[in-house]
Amino acid sequence: MESLAEILAPYQDRRRDALLPLLWDIQTAFGHIGPDAVHQISHTLRVPEADIYGVITFYSLFSANPTAETVIRVCTDPICGMAGAGEVVDGLCHQLHIRHDETTPDGKYAVSPTTCLGLCDHAPAALISQHGHRELAVAPVIPETDVSTLSGLASYQSNVSGEILLKGVDGKHVESLAEYGSYRALHYAITTLGPEGVIGEVEKTALIGRGGAAFPTATKWKMTRQAMGQPKYVVCNADESEVGTFKDRVLMEGRPHLILEGVALCAYAIGATKAYIFIRGEYPKATQRLQLAIDEATQMGLLGANIFGSDFSLEIEIRRGAGAYMCGEETALFEAIEGNRGFPRIKPPYPTTHGLFQKPTVVNNVETLSTIPGIVEHGGEWFKQWGTEKSTGTKLVSISGHVHRPGVYEISPGMSLRQLLEAFCGGVMGNLQTVLMGGAAGTFLTPDQLDVPLTFEDLRAIRSTFGSGAIMVFNETANIGDILRRLGRFFKHESCGKCFPCQLGTQRQMEILERADAPLMGDRERLRDIGLTMTEASLCGLGQTAASAVLSALEKWPDLLTVKGQPV
Amino acid sequence: MSDRVTLTIDGQEITVPAGTTLLEAAAQLDIEVPVICYHDATTSNGLCRVCVVDVNNGRLLQAACVTACANGGKVETRNERVERSRRTILEMLNSAVDLHQAPAIQTLMTDYNADPTRFPDAERREHALLDDNPFYMRDYSQCVLCWRCVQVCAEDAQYTFALTFGGRGFDTHIATAFDIPMPESPCVFCGQCVGVCPTGALKPKIQWGMEQGMTPDEIRQSTRRPRRRREETEEG
Ligand SMILES: Cc1cc2nc3c(=O)[nH]c(=O)nc-3n(C[C@H](O)[C@H](O)[C@H](O)COP(=O)(O)O)c2cc1C
Ligand code: SF4
Ligand code: SF4
Ligand code: FES
Repeated sequence: MESLAEILAPYQDRRRDALLPLLWDIQTAFGHIGPDAVHQISHTLRVPEADIYGVITFYSLFSANPTAETVIRVCTDPICGMAGAGEVVDGLCHQLHIRHDETTPDGKYAVSPTTCLGLCDHAPAALISQHGHRELAVAPVIPETDVSTLSGLASYQSNVSGEILLKGVDGKHVESLAEYGSYRALHYAITTLGPEGVIGEVEKTALIGRGGAAFPTATKWKMTRQAMGQPKYVVCNADESEVGTFKDRVLMEGRPHLILEGVALCAYAIGATKAYIFIRGEYPKATQRLQLAIDEATQMGLLGANIFGSDFSLEIEIRRGAGAYMCGEETALFEAIEGNRGFPRIKPPYPTTHGLFQKPTVVNNVETLSTIPGIVEHGGEWFKQWGTEKSTGTKLVSISGHVHRPGVYEISPGMSLRQLLEAFCGGVMGNLQTVLMGGAAGTFLTPDQLDVPLTFEDLRAIRSTFGSGAIMVFNETANIGDILRRLGRFFKHESCGKCFPCQLGTQRQMEILERADAPLMGDRERLRDIGLTMTEASLCGLGQTAASAVLSALEKWPDLLTVKGQPV
Repeated sequence: MSDRVTLTIDGQEITVPAGTTLLEAAAQLDIEVPVICYHDATTSNGLCRVCVVDVNNGRLLQAACVTACANGGKVETRNERVERSRRTILEMLNSAVDLHQAPAIQTLMTDYNADPTRFPDAERREHALLDDNPFYMRDYSQCVLCWRCVQVCAEDAQYTFALTFGGRGFDTHIATAFDIPMPESPCVFCGQCVGVCPTGALKPKIQWGMEQGMTPDEIRQSTRRPRRRREETEEG
């Protein structure tokens, strides 16, 4: 094993923005980041010890105290919960003769519940970290899974279908540079189109960002290109932690070069020479494949200095998150890269003028950026052959729960939810009860709403959302109260704690949902007040959507939180 | 772009320099917007959200302490939505934190008809009283997480960086690195944190002793002990 000194050596000339990778190196090697390590990091990077401690305790994959050699974190969010995550946690604990969050006496194992791991199509899923080992693993698990074989489990294959972004993706194979081709769109942009030309093509598409906030991509790029500050940055948001979402994982594992070329085109268009891909720590395989692809492309001169002999240079760096849904929010993500706690910033100012390191920055979702090479190569009009006037291009959706073929599907927006479930997913298992549309931050739909066309505008019209493209399907066996409890725990676990409405509201909301089977008088009204307060008064998008599903459930099911049929 | 903006606040028109916050503009009209985390001397972070106001009947309410006035804006500082948010925030805060030494927040509770018993069976943020230095006591059960102490210890004043946050969400708390006692931290006992704390969470030891009914002599005794203890450990 590497010593602390060996780990610190390459960081000698680095500063605070190297904190996250350094903490990862130490956590991975020793299973925790103790006072001695913090003391030395403080000297090396010149960051106050208290700040480092604050950062460590912000992330759920870092620990200030020693942990077991192997930590097994089982996702207990709605889909994994329904698939028996609770039994898995109990089964593993039983095998090991321990309770949740407890370490075996020999210090070897610990088992704990965790939030969505993006393997919802193989529920229940677990994240396995072993210190001393370079890589984590994410794998499907069952209660009988032999803990001693866990590290070897990391094979899974998602159902995938799609012709454009997902072309050739089968959930297993990773596209090499030779198969992908030598960044033809980038070549065309650099030699023919020019930066304004690239933005012009993107503008023609009316492309809307795929990360959840549904912002027009070309507008963002133009504003950043025009902004005064230098240097400029591109950040590819690969934090994908929204419950039920795994489309970016499938893209990254299958077509890393498509994403890299998209990042490069964005950087070229806005005038950036440095890009970051911020990827959640729970995606070891995608991280590895992207890194290999970066190395491969750099070696071939498609990234790095003077690309295609031009004066455009680009370095792409991967940054791994460490277990915080919050860090998918763009400004919290900047804070994370800068080596601070992942607290979101107050907007305005917006990232287009004051983003990463307070410089003009474009943040785009993985899927958004992966549409760019096709747009540049074939022109903006090409993209509009799919979808509707307002929801152009193809769109990826992640489907999990009670369908015969959960997976990631590339659809042409405008098809109805019913068609999607029937044509792509092999239909619903049993009788459909509800669909949670858009993730934990989304809303519930009922069977009478299945004909809604899947577009940004039609979903908005019924006060729902595409969100991150997560579609969670529940049949009559699912217990709505149980789903809500799990969502309540998710938000309580993920609230950053910065602003009062969400810091307090996610806790109070969870408490009421926990007792929903035997509610207290006034609980419906309490949930409503908490929900509306979080929605309207919270500082960032997390709190503003933390009650979305709950409020929609209260509307849909008047029987929820009732005692003997009487509302409380 | 003009460097002055005109807007209406509760029906009254006002023109202010661009960049003026809604809180400042309202104050000029003698309209009082409640605040908890805001303090003249510290960076505003928009944490407590009791200062939220309704701007143009937008989907979201805006925190007046950090939102700049916009031309043509129609601002309501107190309507039904605003009241619900303020009341609920106060009720939730009271259900989590010991506010008995936060008179300003108590007054707000009354102003907004906040029910102190709104959230029965609610988990409270309880922390043991920390008595680890000769100068001040720390009772984080009374901490509302306004961040002021952390900020004055850092870039807002002292550049000492003794304080940070531990945990996240509801479980966030003010901490030193690894929760070491203040004398082992970089703290220089400037007392600025105590000066800005809006509740009884940070309190001069003398004041605390008097509240406990101690005599000045007893207080002096008690303030001396920790220092001696520290010297002993350094020798050993
Ligand atoms: C709590 C929270 C989590 C988010 N997580 C993600 C994420 O994992 N991936 C993502 O692309 N966007 C996420 N977003 C949205 C980003 O803030 C941002 O809008 C997006 O990355 C912009 O990219 P786009 O324009 O391509 O959609 C999140 C937002 C919030 C409020
Ligand atoms: S809304 Fe929640 S996540 Fe966002 S700043 Fe407030 S506490 Fe943090
Ligand atoms: S200790 Fe006082 S000043 Fe510090 S955050 Fe808590 S309430 Fe604010
Ligand atoms: S006073 Fe504005 S958010 Fe606290």
